[in-house]
Amino acid sequence: MTATLAHPDLRAAARPRVRLAAEQVRLAYGENVVVDGLDLELTDGSFTAIVGPNGCGKSTLLRALGRLLRPTSGQVVLDGKPIARTPTREVARVLGMLPQTPIAPEGLTVADLVARGRHPHQSWLRQWSRDDEDVVAEALRWTDMDGFADRPVDALSGGQRQRAWISMALAQGTDLLLLDEPTTYLDLSHQIDVLELIARLHAERGRTVAVVLHDLNLAARYAHRLVAMKHGVVVASGTPAEVLTEQLLADVFDLEARVVTDPVSGTPMVVPVRRLR
Amino acid sequence: MTSTITTRGPGVRTDRRRTVRVGPFSGVVRTRQLLLPVVALAALVLVSAVSLGRGDYPIGLGDVLRTLVGLGDPTQQFIVTELRAPRIVVGVLVGLALGLSGALIQTFARNPLASPDTLGINAGASAAAVGVIVLGGGSGAAAGLLGGLGLPVAALLGGLLVALLIFALAWRQGVDGYRLVLVGVGLSAVGFALVDWLLTRSDIQDAAAATVWLTGSLNARTWDQAWPLGLALAVLLPVALALSRQLGVLQFGDDTARALGVRVGATQAVVVLVAVALAAVAVAAAGPVQFVALVVPQVAVRLAGGSRPPLLASALLGAVLVVGADLLARTVLPVALPVGIVTAVVGAPYLLWLLVRGRRSITA
Repeated sequence: MTATLAHPDLRAAARPRVRLAAEQVRLAYGENVVVDGLDLELTDGSFTAIVGPNGCGKSTLLRALGRLLRPTSGQVVLDGKPIARTPTREVARVLGMLPQTPIAPEGLTVADLVARGRHPHQSWLRQWSRDDEDVVAEALRWTDMDGFADRPVDALSGGQRQRAWISMALAQGTDLLLLDEPTTYLDLSHQIDVLELIARLHAERGRTVAVVLHDLNLAARYAHRLVAMKHGVVVASGTPAEVLTEQLLADVFDLEARVVTDPVSGTPMVVPVRRLR
Repeated sequence: MTSTITTRGPGVRTDRRRTVRVGPFSGVVRTRQLLLPVVALAALVLVSAVSLGRGDYPIGLGDVLRTLVGLGDPTQQFIVTELRAPRIVVGVLVGLALGLSGALIQTFARNPLASPDTLGINAGASAAAVGVIVLGGGSGAAAGLLGGLGLPVAALLGGLLVALLIFALAWRQGVDGYRLVLVGVGLSAVGFALVDWLLTRSDIQDAAAATVWLTGSLNARTWDQAWPLGLALAVLLPVALALSRQLGVLQFGDDTARALGVRVGATQAVVVLVAVALAAVAVAAAGPVQFVALVVPQVAVRLAGGSRPPLLASALLGAVLVVGADLLARTVLPVALPVGIVTAVVGAPYLLWLLVRGRRSITA
C-alpha cells in the first residue's frame, strides 16, 4: 500500500490516483485509543461507504481523514501531501466534510448557510464575489433548496435540513466530500432522498465521496466500495458483494443473517436472522 | 455600485441581501444590519449632546453643538469640554467596550448568558478594586492618590487575572463555550465572595466608596480615564471587526468551522483575549457597569435580525445605553444614582419586552 504512495506513477495506468489516505494512523481521545495502525486509501472518483458496529471507530476515522482529529501517530495524506502540514484553508478548498449533527445558529437562513460554504474562497476584501453568488445559487438549485432560500434553517424538516447542509458542502466546491452518517434521524424515504443526492454528486459532479453509514443495505446499494471496520481496524474492503458475506456479518456485527440479492439494484441485501453470542 | 441580488433561475430569492462590489471589494449588505449602526450612532450623538447640556448650569442643545466646534463662549467652553465632556466620553467608551465585549463572548460561546458579567471578569476587577479601596489605607491623601491612580490599574489587573484563570481552566485543545461559562460562573462566585469579605472588614466610609464603585459610576471622571480607554478601543475595535467573518463560521461549531478552513483554536484565543481586554479596560475606567454586556448584544440581534449579535451595532447601542442611563440618573431621577443601577433597571425590562414580543427564543 505504501509502495503505491511512494511511486504513484507505477500504477497510475492501472488504477486511479489516490486522493486521500490514512497511513498507519492511531487515533485516540485522551487515553482511549479508538483506532490503531489503520491504512485506508480513497481513490479519485470513488464512492466509499464505511460501515461497522457502533463504537468501531468509523466516525473517528472520518474525522481524522477530514483533519478534525489529529492522529497520535501515523498520518493522513491529501493529494500526496501530509494534511497536517497543509494550511487548513487550502485543505478546505479541496476537501469538504459534514459532521454528524452539524449545528446551525438560530435565525440563520438557508441562503446564509449555503453561502457560508464559500468561506474558504473568500477574504476580507473578497467577501461575496460574482463567483460566490453563482455557485451558491447553483448549489441551492441543484439540491432543490432554492424555494427555501429565505427560510430559517431551524424551521426546516429533518430531510430538508440535511439537503441544506449538503447544498453548503456543494457550494464549498471541493472535489472530495466526507459525510458522517448523513441519514441519521431521517425516515426511510428521506434517507433514500439524501443518498440519491449524494450519488448524483458522485455521478454527475464527479465528486470523490466517503460516507459513514449504518444501514448496510443502503450502503451496498449506493456505494461502490465498502470498508467494514471492527474495533478500530479494517476487517474487509472491496465491492459490496465481496464485503457483505454471511461470514463477515457474523464476525463484524455478531449477526446471523442471510445475504440475498436486492431485487431492485442487484446488490447484496442483508436479511437478519438473529444476534449471535 | 449596489444592486439587489439578481435571481437567476426560478425561485432563488434572497432578498434583503444587497450585493456591493466596488473595485476589488465585494460583500453583502443587509438593510437592517446597515441601518442599525447608523441609527444607533445618531442616537448616541443626540443623547451625548443633550447630556453635555444638562447639569447645575444648563446649556441649550444649540450652544452645546456650537461649543463642540469651538464657537461657544469661554464659560460654556470650560463647562462643556473640561467638566462634562470627560464624563460623557468615558461613558461612550465604556459602553462601546462593554457592548462589543458582550457580542464577542456571546457569539463565541454560543450562549447568550456568556458575558463579562457572568464570566467573572467584573468580579475579578471588583475584588481587586475593592481591595485597593479597603486595604489602601483609611482616608486622607494616600487613599486619594490610590483611588485616582491605583484603582483602575488594580481593576485591570484583577480582570486580566481572572481571564488568565478562565483560560487555564477552560482550555482543552480549544475553548468549549459551555465549559467557559461554567468556569466563569465559578470564578465569578469566588470574586464576589472576596468582595463581600473585604467589605465586612472595611470601615464604613471605605465600604460606602467601594459600593459606589461596585455599581459602576461615571462621577468625577476626567480625561485621565478617557485616554487609556480610547487607546485600547482604537486597537481592539478594528481587531474585533476583522474577526467578524471568522466568528460567523465559528458559530457552526468547531468541526464545521475547521472543515470550512478556520483555524479554530487560534481564532478562539484571539476572540476571547480581545473580549476580555475590552471588558477589563471598561471596568477599570467606570467600575463594573452591570448588564450592558449581557443585554445589549441580545437587543442588537433582535433589532438587526440575523443569526448573531452584530458587533458594531452592539458597541454603539452599548454606548447609547450607558450615556442614556447616566443622563437619566443625573437629571430625571430625584437622587443622582450611579449609572450601573440605571443600566440594569432600563436594560433588563427592555430585553424582557423583546423576549416576550419576539418569536425567536434566545440567540447567542
